[in-house]
Amino acid sequence: MPDLIRLADIDKSYTRGKERIAIFDRLNMHIPAGDFIAVMGPSGSGKTTLLNLLGGADRPDKGTIEFDGKRIDNLKENELARWRAANVGFIFQFYNLMPILTAAQNVELPLMLTNLPAAKRRDNVATALKVVGLEERAKHRPRELSGGQQQRVAIARAIVADPKLLLCDEPTGDLDRATADEILGTLQLLNRQLGKTIIMVTHDAAAAKFAKRTLHLDKGKFDERELAA
Amino acid sequence: MNELFLVRKNLFRKPVRTVLLLVSILIAFLIYAFMTSLVTSMSDFNTKPTRLITLSKINFTETLPIAHYDKISRMEGVAVATHMNWFGGYYQDPVKGFMPVFAVDPETYFEVYKEDLPLSEEVKAAFFKERTAMLAAEPVARRWGWKVGQKVPLNSNIFTQADGSRVWDFTLVGTIPTPPGSSQTGSVLIHYDYFNETIDIGRDRIGWIPFLSTSAEANDKVIAAIDQRFANSADETRTNDEATFNKSFAAQLGNLALVLALVVGAAFIAILLIVGTTMTLAIRERTKEFGVMKTLGFSSGSILRMVLGESLLLAFLGAALGVLLAVGLLAAAGSMPGAPPLHLATPVLWQSALMAAGLGLVTGVLPALAAYRLSIVDALSRK
Ligand SMILES: Nc1ncnc2c1ncn2[C@@H]1O[C@H](COP(=O)(O)OP(=O)(O)OP(=O)(O)O)[C@@H](O)[C@H]1O
Ligand SMILES: [Mg+2]
Repeated sequence: MPDLIRLADIDKSYTRGKERIAIFDRLNMHIPAGDFIAVMGPSGSGKTTLLNLLGGADRPDKGTIEFDGKRIDNLKENELARWRAANVGFIFQFYNLMPILTAAQNVELPLMLTNLPAAKRRDNVATALKVVGLEERAKHRPRELSGGQQQRVAIARAIVADPKLLLCDEPTGDLDRATADEILGTLQLLNRQLGKTIIMVTHDAAAAKFAKRTLHLDKGKFDERELAA
Repeated sequence: MNELFLVRKNLFRKPVRTVLLLVSILIAFLIYAFMTSLVTSMSDFNTKPTRLITLSKINFTETLPIAHYDKISRMEGVAVATHMNWFGGYYQDPVKGFMPVFAVDPETYFEVYKEDLPLSEEVKAAFFKERTAMLAAEPVARRWGWKVGQKVPLNSNIFTQADGSRVWDFTLVGTIPTPPGSSQTGSVLIHYDYFNETIDIGRDRIGWIPFLSTSAEANDKVIAAIDQRFANSADETRTNDEATFNKSFAAQLGNLALVLALVVGAAFIAILLIVGTTMTLAIRERTKEFGVMKTLGFSSGSILRMVLGESLLLAFLGAALGVLLAVGLLAAAGSMPGAPPLHLATPVLWQSALMAAGLGLVTGVLPALAAYRLSIVDALSRK
């Protein structure tokens, strides 16, 4: 499989007050298309920061990020936003749905950034909701849905614009075992059937088993043997 | 679904809060639109620099002998004079049917108030010819459904006929058009002669004497001459020119306008602060949502647009409701007996639009900029 993503010599640090906290120091990594990676590691090791860099939600201080052979680290703010809309779906621990919108409207949100006609948008929304098994709840608001259902809506929102990459930050961290397994099964399906490349941060070893491989991150460094495998 | 849809949804996400904000904006615009229109409507009337009025010195309800009119007509500096009586008229109901009915000397009245009576020669002739003829301002005729040619019984709450009756029958021979500025908007005109002959007490007395001077420069001399002539008589007079009267009226309106500006200004500063802080809080509550939207690919520019759109929509909705309510109130106030017709002053429309835009921009700009500058990482790390 060709690489979907290449990170080369990434430096990233945050300044908190006068203190400078280095998170990544010359991080190198490549992710083949169609991979499903679980990222595990202690709190503060840089997992969320990594997802933000991969998804163009944050920028490295140094180094380059290539996606599908094109650099994204030097895109302008607006170009990067457009790139995110077309290529990345984000899934968060706490779902982050818009409380004022119905499930279907939440799923439609990313399509506002496309030129699709209304009828095509409706089709895509219906399809995405069907993939996550929530077509009956289209008219419900987030607060009328269970946590697992809300996460399904969030997954539908993440896939509706058909991005190649899904980034999940502890997607089952707030769910019970059975619900978590359903969600993970859905992610696995998206990876196997639709070929989505998935990077999933998790603290849960059972969740990591759904991925093709697991990488351990500690203090901004991956386990070299795992990374090479 | 589009940006406007999201703006609307967000604006009404907390309906009670939004309605309270709308009401506070509405009240400010209502005060502004209603008061401004009232002042404009009232200072709109036609005035004529050479028109003067002689009344009893005691007060305007006191009458004068008709001989005063004959004498004033023949005085130097007086071009043409007429006289008017207050009939105390009403139609059917003394309160709801109240209307300003004036007993006039038709021919001279039409000369003194020429500009306010744009009537055809036929209508004038019909009025002059028949002693029981009556003219009514268009709004009055319309209100009571009177048709030209119809007999209209009018009551007086002051006078009685020799047989004790308080009802007079008149024939409506025409209506008086009331373009903007017309002083005739509520008037009904009847013949003095007919009135004078049929009343049992108070004959040969007149209410007041409007007249035209030969030139505005001569006004002061004419006023002095008239009031001196009747000084120390049983019926002393006070003469005023319409322009002076209107000037003092306008000065009063000017003071009113100043008070109005202060009240409206205070109301606007108050809503600016209320709406401004509320918007800032409302937007801050949604920080995480803006982060999510940016993650989905919404540009910072479109976030800025939506936040500004929300404060603008709020301001324009409030302003529109306030102006609409003012239109209703003006119509209601204008239809009260004896009131001039009141309309929304046209400049109020664009001035309100401008003020609404200002209000929306000022209250929205800081929250919008904050949302614009927000980085995804910061927004999403908020709990
Ligand atoms: N916006 C920020 N400003 C300053 N420091 C930050 C910021 N975001 C993250 N950090 C710091 O960077 C380090 C890595 O954070 P990150 O969120 O990537 O960790 P994580 O592995 O996702 O942890 P967790 O498992 O708790 O989510 C932490 O020490 C964190 O405090
Ligand atoms: Mg994290």
